Amino acid sequence: MGTAPASRDVTSYGMGLAAPLALFFLFFFVAPLLQLLWLSLHNDTAGLHWGLGQYLHFLTDPFSLSVLGSTLLLGAEVTAVCLVLGFPIAWLYQRVGPKLQTVIILIVLLPLLTSVVVRTFAWIVILGRQGIINATLQSLGVIDTPLKLLYTQFGVVIALAQVQMPLMTLPLITALGRIDPNLDDASCSLGAGSWRTFFKVVLPLSLPGVIAGCTLTYAAAITAFITQSLIGGGQMLFMPMYLYQQASTLQNWPFASAISIIFLLAVLAVVSVFTTLGRLSRGYGGA
Amino acid sequence: MAEAQGGRSLVVDAVTHRYPSGALAVENINLDVKGGEIIALLGPSGCGKTTLLRIIAGFIAQTQGRIIIGDDIVDALPPNRRAVGIVFQNYALFPHLSISENVGYGLAARGIDRATRQREAQRLLELVQLPAMAERLPRQLSGGQQQRVALARALAIKPSILLLDEPFAALDKNLRLDMQIEIKRLQRVSGITTLIVTHDQEEALSMADRVAVLGHGKLEQFGTPSDVYDRPQTLFVNTFVGSSNRMPGVVISADRTAAKVRLDAGAEIIARPAGGVLTEGGRVTVCIRPEHLQFVGDETGFAGVVGMSLPLGATVVHEVTTADGSGVKVSQARIGETRALESGAAVRLAPLAPSLANAFPATL
Repeated sequence: MGTAPASRDVTSYGMGLAAPLALFFLFFFVAPLLQLLWLSLHNDTAGLHWGLGQYLHFLTDPFSLSVLGSTLLLGAEVTAVCLVLGFPIAWLYQRVGPKLQTVIILIVLLPLLTSVVVRTFAWIVILGRQGIINATLQSLGVIDTPLKLLYTQFGVVIALAQVQMPLMTLPLITALGRIDPNLDDASCSLGAGSWRTFFKVVLPLSLPGVIAGCTLTYAAAITAFITQSLIGGGQMLFMPMYLYQQASTLQNWPFASAISIIFLLAVLAVVSVFTTLGRLSRGYGGA
Repeated sequence: MAEAQGGRSLVVDAVTHRYPSGALAVENINLDVKGGEIIALLGPSGCGKTTLLRIIAGFIAQTQGRIIIGDDIVDALPPNRRAVGIVFQNYALFPHLSISENVGYGLAARGIDRATRQREAQRLLELVQLPAMAERLPRQLSGGQQQRVALARALAIKPSILLLDEPFAALDKNLRLDMQIEIKRLQRVSGITTLIVTHDQEEALSMADRVAVLGHGKLEQFGTPSDVYDRPQTLFVNTFVGSSNRMPGVVISADRTAAKVRLDAGAEIIARPAGGVLTEGGRVTVCIRPEHLQFVGDETGFAGVVGMSLPLGATVVHEVTTADGSGVKVSQARIGETRALESGAAVRLAPLAPSLANAFPATL
């Protein structure tokens, strides 16, 4: 691969230097993906007969489609909660002193320093029938019978939002930090109030961060196998668990492969919608 | 250009501001600015001039004192209700909005409809001579053009006062002069009371009707450019505005208009007591500008040895070491064949006139 340095430009390096990573991706990413695709194009579990049967099965099966739908919806809900809760934190971070900034960054990063399993079990303790929320509400006399929080869509969304929050907050902090603080003052001196300044200046200029954060949170939320399964319990089925059941329990590898490919395409479609929205917004990454 | 609305007056009344840490940012500043005047706030970085600008704009609430615009005390008003136009040092144009939308931003905040906004933006862009740029984005404009847009944006809200924060610092030298002329022209047309914050004395002296010199958070002098340059009231002003030789000495005799000072460099000269009454026997610092020193043939002045001569075009600057070991600079106009001075030549120096040497009580 190594390109001969015909022009002695010190900033250009031979493409060969990228070879180790390229080989790594080739063997451990591209090859398995192709294998997956190859497997999904077989009609029988033994992998002997070619055909599009697995895809037809998925796309004509109301149950499979409802699993896909509820997974994509779950991602949207988690992303929305993260955005609504994460934006104020990121905004606050840019407006406090260095000491408080350290505290905020620590709080934001803390979830990443604990295992997902541990965090998820913490949520089970919080949301359970005898959990913190129900016990508190009952002792206050607000409710008589415990609320059903665990094994509900609400519970999954809340737990996932907490688990994925750093993926939203960190890009937002970066994006808001890039906005010239003088713009706030300029807007204010021109007669705009704080809300107008926020919607006309801060929000549009933070769009790159909003889009990056939404993409990361969304992708992470819909593929979060552990949290989805533990908080959702047996009654709620999302794509990762569905896939796992087909592959591991039912040994239906071609169908599991087809589910993976469809899931992958669905995620790519949503991500490209985010990216297109970003490109449409003017002043994208503007100087 | 029916812009003239007669600028409103601005009074800064005994304004003091402390940082939360307790350190003084500005102390007891009093300024009385007449409607339509151009005032320069001149001082080195860290002297509190930007703090004062932000207090007037309403971004900082001062610890003590009042800001009065026209007949109104504005201390209780937030910045968005003060109608003070600001041109920021980095222009702070909204990068995601077109030039026209930038200029119309303040009008939109006032609920003015789109058509009127666009018409008004176009009129202002013509005023700052950028009529064809309305649909561009700020990053597609040069620095000078961005500044014109920032100016148009500030003028669009018909501000009672225009504040310019280091407006020319980011421009190269040729463009700077153009923009200085441009801003003076626009100020004449609009008659708007204007405050320019700057650390550049040439800018302050050439642009302003009056200059307020700030040093270490205090107002050192507030007067016309010639007052500040020719009759400095403090040692700080004398050395900060223009260049000056500082020569220590002792007062032999003094009254209100003249003081006889024995310089440590070894001569008795007559100086103007600039910073108040001087006491006999007290230590003073005498400031003499390089262009106000001359070489003398007789025994009147003080002695020195020429170190180096720098020909600077219209003038020649000589560096001379005096008997007490301190260095003074002498600027000589180049008239005809100026006598070349060898390094090491012994010379004698004296001020051109007594009024051109200012004596200030030594602080230590």
